[in-house]
This record gives sequence, C-alpha cells and structure tokens, in this order.
Amino acid sequence: MDSVKERSVDEVVSTILGKYNQRHHLMRILQEVQSNYGYLPREALEKISQSTGIPLSDIINVATFYHQYRLEIPGYYIFLVCMGTACHLKGNQDNYNVLRNTLGIKKGNTSSDGLVSVEKARCFGCCSLAPVMMVVSRDGCERYLHGNVDIKETKKLALTYRSMASKKVRSGE
Amino acid sequence: MAEWTLMDRCCDKCWHTVEYPCKHFIRCTVEGPLCHESAECRVKRKRRIEELKYGKYGIKIKVPISSCTLAAGAKEVYDAVSKEVLSSGLNADITISGCMGLCYLDPWIELSKKGLPTAIYVNVKPGDVPKILKEYLSGDLSNAFALRADPEGIYKNYKVPLLNDLTLWSNQVRFVSRGCGVLNPESIEDYIISNGFRGLDKILNMHPKNVIEFVKKSGLRGRGGAGFPTWMKWEIAQSQVSDIKYFIVNADEGDPGAFMNRLLAESDPYRVIEGMIIGAYAVGASKGYIFVRAEKPLMADRLSKAVEEIRKYGLLGRNILGSGFSFDIEVILSAGAFVCGEETALISAIEGRTRPRQRPPYPATRGLWDKPTVINNVETVAHVATVFQVGVEEFTKYGTEKSKGTKMFCVTGCVSRTGAYEVPIGMSLSKLVYDLAGGPPDGKKVKAVQIGGPSGGCVPSNLLNTPVDYESLQSAGAIMGSGGVVVIDEDSCMVDVAKFFTSFTLAESCGKCFTCRVGMKLLYDILKNITEGKGSEEDLELLNELSDVIIGSSLCALGGTAPNPIKSTLRYFRDEYVAHIKDRKCPAKVCPNLVEYWIDPAKCVGCGLCVKACPTNFITGERGKPHSIDPSKCIRCSQCFITCPQGAVIKR
Ligand SMILES: Cc1cc2nc3c(=O)[nH]c(=O)nc-3n(C[C@H](O)[C@H](O)[C@H](O)COP(=O)(O)O)c2cc1C
Ligand code: FES
Repeated sequence: MDSVKERSVDEVVSTILGKYNQRHHLMRILQEVQSNYGYLPREALEKISQSTGIPLSDIINVATFYHQYRLEIPGYYIFLVCMGTACHLKGNQDNYNVLRNTLGIKKGNTSSDGLVSVEKARCFGCCSLAPVMMVVSRDGCERYLHGNVDIKETKKLALTYRSMASKKVRSGE
Repeated sequence: MAEWTLMDRCCDKCWHTVEYPCKHFIRCTVEGPLCHESAECRVKRKRRIEELKYGKYGIKIKVPISSCTLAAGAKEVYDAVSKEVLSSGLNADITISGCMGLCYLDPWIELSKKGLPTAIYVNVKPGDVPKILKEYLSGDLSNAFALRADPEGIYKNYKVPLLNDLTLWSNQVRFVSRGCGVLNPESIEDYIISNGFRGLDKILNMHPKNVIEFVKKSGLRGRGGAGFPTWMKWEIAQSQVSDIKYFIVNADEGDPGAFMNRLLAESDPYRVIEGMIIGAYAVGASKGYIFVRAEKPLMADRLSKAVEEIRKYGLLGRNILGSGFSFDIEVILSAGAFVCGEETALISAIEGRTRPRQRPPYPATRGLWDKPTVINNVETVAHVATVFQVGVEEFTKYGTEKSKGTKMFCVTGCVSRTGAYEVPIGMSLSKLVYDLAGGPPDGKKVKAVQIGGPSGGCVPSNLLNTPVDYESLQSAGAIMGSGGVVVIDEDSCMVDVAKFFTSFTLAESCGKCFTCRVGMKLLYDILKNITEGKGSEEDLELLNELSDVIIGSSLCALGGTAPNPIKSTLRYFRDEYVAHIKDRKCPAKVCPNLVEYWIDPAKCVGCGLCVKACPTNFITGERGKPHSIDPSKCIRCSQCFITCPQGAVIKR
C-alpha cells in the first residue's frame, strides 16, 4: 500500500494502460486501479480518459453502475456484509447495525479514525452458512470469509479487525 | 525437476507435443501407452493413478477448500492437519478438494488409508485434528460421520453409516456434481482419471451437427433460468455464417440464495471448461469468455487456473489435438451488477458498457460485437461435458417428459441441513425441503418456500407437493430460476420478504426503462408504507395493477419478472398484508414499526447495557433491578433487543 502511495497516480495508471487500453478493457482497468488504492481516485479516472479517449462521463457511468467500485477511500479493512436472501432472513441487518455501532460509524461507511469500513454486499454464495460477512483489506491482498456470525461474534470481529488495522497502519508509518 | 505426471510423455517413443499433438492423447494419459507396447510405461501410468487415488504412502487426507468451507474455518483445519502430519512424522498426502454440497457439515475432512474404509469427519475444529487422525489410523472409526462407497459390503462391522445410505445422499442423483467434494479442483490429473475430457475426446471426431444432434437427444434445457433447449440455441448459432463466433459461460450467478455455479466451478472447474469447449466446437466459436462476478473471487481463481492448465496441455488453443479446431478462453471478472446476468447486459459488460438491449436480435444471431454468440450457464455446460462422458441414457433416465435429467438446488434459510442437492427434475418440493434438507430445525413450521430468487415467487406450505420442474413451478406462481430455494418459517413476515426482493431489484434496475426504474420505486414505497403501518386497502389493488404494468412494459426480464415476489405473496399471503393494514400488526413480529419492545422483568438482571444502547434514553430502571421501556417514546431501533445479553427484551 505504502509503496504504491509513493508512485504517482500517473505512473500507476500508465502501467495499467500499458497492459490494457481498449474500451472493452474498461472494467478491468478500473478494477486494477481500485486494487492499488482501494477506490477510484478522481485523478485516475481523468487520466484514463485523457490517455484512452474514452469520455470521462462514460467512465463514471461504468464506475457508478457496478457495485464493486468505490469512489471514496475506505478503511484499511472493509467489512462486506451480505444482504442476500438467506442472510437477510438470518438477521444480517442486525449484524450490520452492530458493526456500525461498535465501530462508531455514524455517517458514511468508514469509522472516523479511517481504519475500518462497513459496506453492504451482494450474496457470496455461502448462503448455507448465513449470515455471512467477508472482510477484505484495502489493497486486495487479504480476504477472509466468516459464516454463521451472531451478534456476539460480530462485535468480536469488529474489534479484532480494528486492532489489526491499527497495527498495520502504525507499522507502516 | 518437476514430478512426472499423467500429462507427460511416458518415454521417447511417445511423440506427442502440444504443437504436433497425438489425437489419442486424452485416452493415452490413463489407458496408455497406446502407440507402443511397453510394460514399463504401462506400470508407470498405473502407479501414478494409484498414487493419485490413495496417496504416495497409502494414506490420504482431504480437506475441502471452497468459499463455504473457508467461511466455516477450513483454512484453520487445513493448517492444523499440516502441522499434525509434520509433527507426528506421518507419511501422508494432504490434498484439497471442493465442496460436496452438505454445507451444514462444514468444515469436514476425509481420511483414507489402504485397508480401511474412507471416512468423513464433520464440523471439525482445528483442535480435534490430532485425535481424529490418531483414532482413524488405529482403525477406530466410531466418531466418523459416514463412510464412502463400500462396493464389497465389508464395512458393515464399523457401525458407521455409508454416505449412500443416508437420506440426504440416497435421494440425490449426483450427475453433474459427481466430482464435487471428490476431486482436487486444482489437479487436471484428478479430473482425467475420473473420466475427464472423454467427452471432448469423443466429439473431436464428430461433425458439429452430430454433436448438436446428440445434445438434442439428451433433451438438455438451460439451467440458467429460462430452461431454453440448449441444442436449439446452438443450432441457430451454428447455422450463422460469420468470420468469428463467441461462446460465453455465464458465471455471474447474481441470484442471492443460489450458489450451485460457484460450487461447481470451485469444486470441478475442468468439467465446466470441457463442456464449454464442446459447445464452442459445436457452434464453431473460436473465442470464449467466462464471466464471473467479483463477489466470488475463488471461483474466478479456480477457473483461471484450470484454463491455464488446459491450455498448457494443448486442449485449448490452436488446432486442439490436431483436429483443426481452435478455441481459447478468457476469464473476465465482473464488477458486479445483477442485471449483468441477463444475456444482453452481460454482452454490454464485456464490451465495456452497461445495460441490456432489445431482443431480438438474439445473441445467437447477433451478440458480442454483433457476432453470433452462445451464452450458457455454468451448470448447463457442466451437464454437457458429463452427458458426453457417460452417454445420453444415463441422463434421460431421470427427469420428466419435458425436462430431462437432474438439477442442482441450493436449499437455505430455515432448514437444518442447508446445502446444495442434485436431484432428478420433477422431485417434489417437500421431498427436497424435508427429506434432503431436513426441514426446519427446532420443530418450527414451514410457511413458504421462495424459489427462483428475485424473479421468482413464494410457494405456500400447502403446495409443497409441487414437483420442481419448469412448468409446474410457473403455474404455482414461482419459477425454477437458477434453483435457489429459500425456506421461510413462521418467524418471517411475507410482506417483509416481498419488500426485501423489491428493494433488491429496485437497487439493481439499470434505469433504462421508465416503468422498471420508477415503477419499482413506487412498489417499494407502497410496501414500506404497509410495513410501517401506514398502508390502506387500496394499496393492494395498486400493487397488483402496477406490477402488471412493469411486467408488460420492461425491455429485459429483470423488470419483466421483478414484481413476481409481490404478486405471489399477494396471491397466497393476502391475510398478512391485511393484518398490517387493518390491524396495524405484523403477525410474525418482524416489521419494526408494528411491534412493541418490552422488557421481561423475570429475565432482566438490570445490567444497564440497554440503557447505554438506547439512543433516545427512554429505558429506565435501577441498577440490578428490572428495567422498562417507555412504549410511547420508543423509536423501535431494536438496539436494546440486539444488545441485551439475557434475551430479556421481547418483541410483541
Ligand atoms: C436479471 C437477470 C439475471 C440473470 N442472471 C443470470 C445468472 O446469474 N446466471 C445465469 O446463468 N443466467 C442468468 N440469467 C439468464 C440468462 O439471461 C440466460 O438466460 C442464461 O445464462 C442462458 O443460459 P442457459 O441457456 O444455459 O440457461 C439472468 C436473466 C435475467 C433476466
Ligand atoms: S445470501 Fe448471504 S451468502 Fe448468499
């Protein structure tokens, strides 16, 4: 993450466009930008538009149409809380509320210390183990699935990942 | 040097290379050598096959690694197994497998040792691993859940049931899912010794028209939702004249509650790809795409790895096995939108755009970049591969007159054995829900079964004898869809369920058609009003009327089916709607505005946690004494209910 920060958006985007630069690659280009930053910085979208000639409005259309993309920087760890049918019936909405409460998130999706985000997500296909949440790191390198989480477990997970995030951030500084 | 595998040449007499392939390559890997006689080479292959089946040292430990088992802690179990094997100096092979569909048993492990029956241990915790290994290896199988097949009938004295004898297994027909939980999904050798690629081997000597004829004979219908005959789609694409044609596998699986595609592709990815190559050959496609959604990263990883392996051995790429047929596959990670599962929207997504378009022209005549394109579901192509491997009769002996074969169903929600089950089409819903999935836990009653996801409907409990086939489900007001079956018990509110699906499709509407974009919002608002106790009786008429408008005037099937959950709940559960409207009551006590939160003084210990959680400060009470909520001030945020460690906050 931090080594990336030192590379300018220009550099990152150029590297990606060196691999793919056609209109039909747009989805993948944006995915790679996001895996570098955890979101799509406006600068990067502008740079893609300039370099490929795809109108910025088209790029923003794609970036806002699909669920995977974020336009704001998330926390180091992101809770993706499944809102699929099975998880809905088994109370993941309550878990979602508990996460936000435990992490003190009032507005937006990210805790005020910027460490952890909580988002609603689509079905992960682990519906048998509902309710399910996935936790991913912003750089896309880590991915954990948690099934059969009750409220107690949810609280524990919130605290665990917050302390993991704070350790990561501290050691990175 | 890398280990010799079945995919390698046995000796210098074999001249097969990827550039100059031998057309008997597939069969030769297992039955070989075919072109020369050599006892040594034959033994070499036999030994390798033994090794793959039983491990190098005769002891094999399988740990399933797939999304569901990982969510249940399989990674930790895998680590515990590795650690135990290392520290005890045991000579054993540890391999991974996919998911066998019995997710409620996750994580499980399978142990096999020459001379002992293969045993499955379930709900394993990392700490149990040393004990399980010790017991099994000493011949004590008493704690196993079940044993794998027993062809000679010698396992009776172990007093552990055979998997085949359990109702949850004996009622299934494991046709397309035969490799799931059995094969190592990352091993092409495992697939090839299990009859893998024999379909491909067969068709490369057939005329494409005969391949299509074969599929026609099987009667296979698409498993992605609509049940369109697979051969017909192929025939249309095959008859088009074009410089290039495409074959796309739809692995978007956006229906929440359905996961058979993920399960198949994670557990047996080679089967999916073999079916895809067969389809491409039949229609004359030279380029293929597998479209996988971002929420299912492991599925994408497994498919990508399998594509690479298959290409490495020349079963994909230029001039496959010297047949003159060239085909290659790219795996595309979808950024996720439910509408992308619809075929024209999927095509848009691959082209780097959004939103569906008008049909006709159908993709089979004008699809990706305006070229003839076939789009098939993951399960459909996996069926194709299996039908060619084992023959049409094995397939057609199951199913109904109009729908042959088997289908995978994912049964989740309020049942004790959540998982994926493969059954003959036409089995009754009640058999699926009770005999296979075990019915609701703790003696609750089934209220309805939601089938077909956001485009489907709810079948009430008195119609559970409905057979699961395309036509019967449709007349019951649901659809087969991809086969997601969500069991709803008395604790769920049907108006809330309708609202849930409406909010889903509302969020997923691409916005192109006015009626879907605005109509779904209106439907949602009406439902929201009803669940908040602000509904009126006219609302019910309005819901029906508006639903019909949206169904009749939307471009794609998203809008064309989105009101189905409302229509079917109105049809069967009108009384619940009426209770919300007239009595201002939610009979299932789900809708927050229509329930009262009350603290049971007999259970409350007065810990004060609810007081802290209450955002309005209207819970009062002395520490150590029962607390109470002021019902006139309560905003029903449910925080106290969630927080109370004693379960003393009651909804009524
Ligand atoms: C809104 C919508 C979502 C769909 N989602 C999927 C999906 O996730 N997977 C799928 O295979 N088919 C999906 N379909 C059906 C496809 O459009 C298409 O019929 C199917 O992939 C064809 O494959 P088959 O003939 O093998 O069934 C969806 C259809 C609609 C209208
Ligand atoms: S509904 Fe939550 S994982 Fe499928």
